[in-house]
This record gives sequence, C-alpha cells and structure tokens, in this order.
Amino acid sequence: MTGRRPALQLRQGPAATRILGVGSAQPDRIVTNDDLSQLMDTNDQWIRERVGIIERRFADKDELLVDMAVAAGAKALADAGANPSEVDTVIVPNCTMPSPIPNAAGQVADRIGIKAAGAFDLNAACAGFCYGLGVASDLVRAGSAGKVLVIGAEKLTDVVDPLDRSTAIIFADGAGAALVGPAEEPGIGPVAWGSAGDLVDMIHMRDHQYIHQEGQSVFRWATTQMAPVAMRAVELAGLELSDVDVLIPHQANLRIVEAIAKRLRAKGARDDMIVADDIRYSGNTSSASIPLALDHMRAAGTVRSGDVVLLVGFGAGLSYAGQVIVCP
Amino acid sequence: MADKEEILTGLAEIVEEVAGVSQDDVSTEKSFVDDLDIDSLSMVEIAVQAEDKFGVKIPDDELANLKTVGDAVDYVAANAK
Repeated sequence: MTGRRPALQLRQGPAATRILGVGSAQPDRIVTNDDLSQLMDTNDQWIRERVGIIERRFADKDELLVDMAVAAGAKALADAGANPSEVDTVIVPNCTMPSPIPNAAGQVADRIGIKAAGAFDLNAACAGFCYGLGVASDLVRAGSAGKVLVIGAEKLTDVVDPLDRSTAIIFADGAGAALVGPAEEPGIGPVAWGSAGDLVDMIHMRDHQYIHQEGQSVFRWATTQMAPVAMRAVELAGLELSDVDVLIPHQANLRIVEAIAKRLRAKGARDDMIVADDIRYSGNTSSASIPLALDHMRAAGTVRSGDVVLLVGFGAGLSYAGQVIVCP
Repeated sequence: MADKEEILTGLAEIVEEVAGVSQDDVSTEKSFVDDLDIDSLSMVEIAVQAEDKFGVKIPDDELANLKTVGDAVDYVAANAK
C-alpha cells in the first residue's frame, strides 16, 4: 500500500444551543362543544369533564398543513429577529400530511424564503416536536447546521371521523414553531426519548383512514409512564424537579396533563409550577400542541424569558420525548 | 392479606381521593358509574392506585368487568399477592 487513506475532516458546532424565537398559527374557524353536539351525541359538560376542551380550531378544506407551518415558521423567525437567509435547516414534525410524497419541509422552507435548506419531516406523532427539538439542537452542536427551524404542524381533521365522538371532540388543527441556534449558555437540555412499539395498537389508523385510540389504555400509559420521562429529562439537564417553573406536556387531554403534574409534584415539583392548559382553547393538535402552548403562554405572560420549562411529548408509536428548555 | 373489610376501606379512600366521593358512600352494592358517577378515566386512576395499594394487577379489560364496588373488592381479594 502506498500512501495512507486521507482522514476525513469533521465539523464542530457550538457547545450550547437555545430557542431563539417561537411562533404559532391556527385556523380562524372556532368550533365549540355546542357546535359538535349538533353533529353527534355529546354535550359541552361531557366534553369539558372528559378532556377539558372548551373550543378548538378546524382548518377549512383549502387550508393545508403546509400553509399553517409556513405561517408559524415565519412568525418564529420574526420573533427571533432572524432573516430566512440565516436558516439552513427545516424540520417539520408531523403525522398528517395528506400523502407521504412530497414531504412538508421542503416546500415550507421554500415558501418562507429559506433557499436550498436541508429539509425533512419527522414522524413521532404527538412526541414529534420534542424529537425535532432534540435533533435540531444536536445538529447545531455537531456543526451540521447553523440555525434550524422546527415546526410541528398538523391537520388532524383530515384523519378524524367527524362523527366519531371519541376522537372528533379531541383533535384539531394548528402549527407551532421554534428557531434553534447557538447560545452562550445552554437553553435546550438533552432529550430523553424512547418508544414502546409493543403498544403500537393503542393508537392507530382504522382502515387507513381514521385515527382510533384505546382511550383508557392511553390514559393509563400517559398518566403513569410520562412523569418518569419528564423526570429523566430534568436529571439529564442536571436540574432538580423543584427548579422547573413551567410544565408543558403534550396537550392530549387536560386530565392527562393534570395527572402528570400531580405525579411530578409528588416527586418534588413545586406547587406553584405553572402547568400548560392550552388544550382548553386549542384542542389536541399532536406535534403542534407543545409549541402552540409555549407561544400562547409567552404572549399571555404566564411564561417569562428565562423560565425553566419542562416539555414532554407522547403519542402514537407509542413514542415519547422530553427535555428542559429555557424560555427565550 | 387484607380481608374484604380492609380492602373496602382502602378502596373507599382511593375513590374519595380520585373522584371526590365521600368514603361513606362507597359501599359494596354501589355501581361506580351509575351510583357514584365515576367516569371511565377516573376508573383508570382508581385502578392504578389500587394496584399500588394492594399489590394487584388490574388490566383494562378486567377493569371493564368491575361494575360495582363489591366486584372490585372481590377482584382484589382474589388476585392480591
């Protein structure tokens, strides 16, 4: 052998990342519980008691997942004061694109004005945003990307039987985005993620058309198994549960959200920890629910810059992921 | 293992904690749904707490068969370690 194999050059990014800006978008059309009770055997009190939802947003037929993703992504850039030219990668966690081809991310990047972006969708269902945030942070830290736009976007009304009261009252449409970039101090902690493929049947597409979930089983899984995931995320970030100012679980069902908060408080989280209840006016928007809640809570002043925020997403797969962030 | 009277007392504490039903109202002949107004999700919470308290497994398909407080007491008594 003559000569040695040349060593590949590697890139190295900054040690730390943070969320630089957030944004969200929802359809204009508000659907109340009374509206739904016109279509099926349900009522306002029943829905509020079972899932905690007061109203939700449904997209019109010509308002697509991609449209909502573009709107949310552009707002996150504006919030960060960043130009599209500063962004080189776009991730769109979602599970409701009307067809697997093409993906959402390429066209979303183009429409926001991000040229030749590295762009891909990521399907971890309702855990998608936390998965995407973890990937984005690590891409930046590895030097693979400069700034990454992560946009959880869903049009769940496309996959919900409009007359099935076990799902039609819960799921809704929307998008939420975060711009991830380099930071002096860590603002995104390590991701704690995993899956439970043995439980895949708990949430699936019935006849490849409509989403179906085993309500009691999902409730039991989420209320017992997600607090430990959240605690693992806190541990990986080198913090204590008592350091958490704000808890934003996936907005699956208000009773699941409250049950996770109760378990975390029993393990040392503070009584005055703020707990997201954005589901009340947004419904369950799968991968969009966590960034939607974060954006709404920032706008309302319930979450403030510098707050320690614990995210935990969970859903079909089954898949789950959580991490600690510092609110921008 | 605890006798049925002790199981009933423990179960009543759980039902009160989860669903806000007074312990005095939790008697063996009562139906969880029809008499105590406990919904399916609260039943899961009661089952999860009962599992911890009594060292018993109550899968969701078994849970569906526990219509009355007495059914639950009998199930725990028969299955507790």
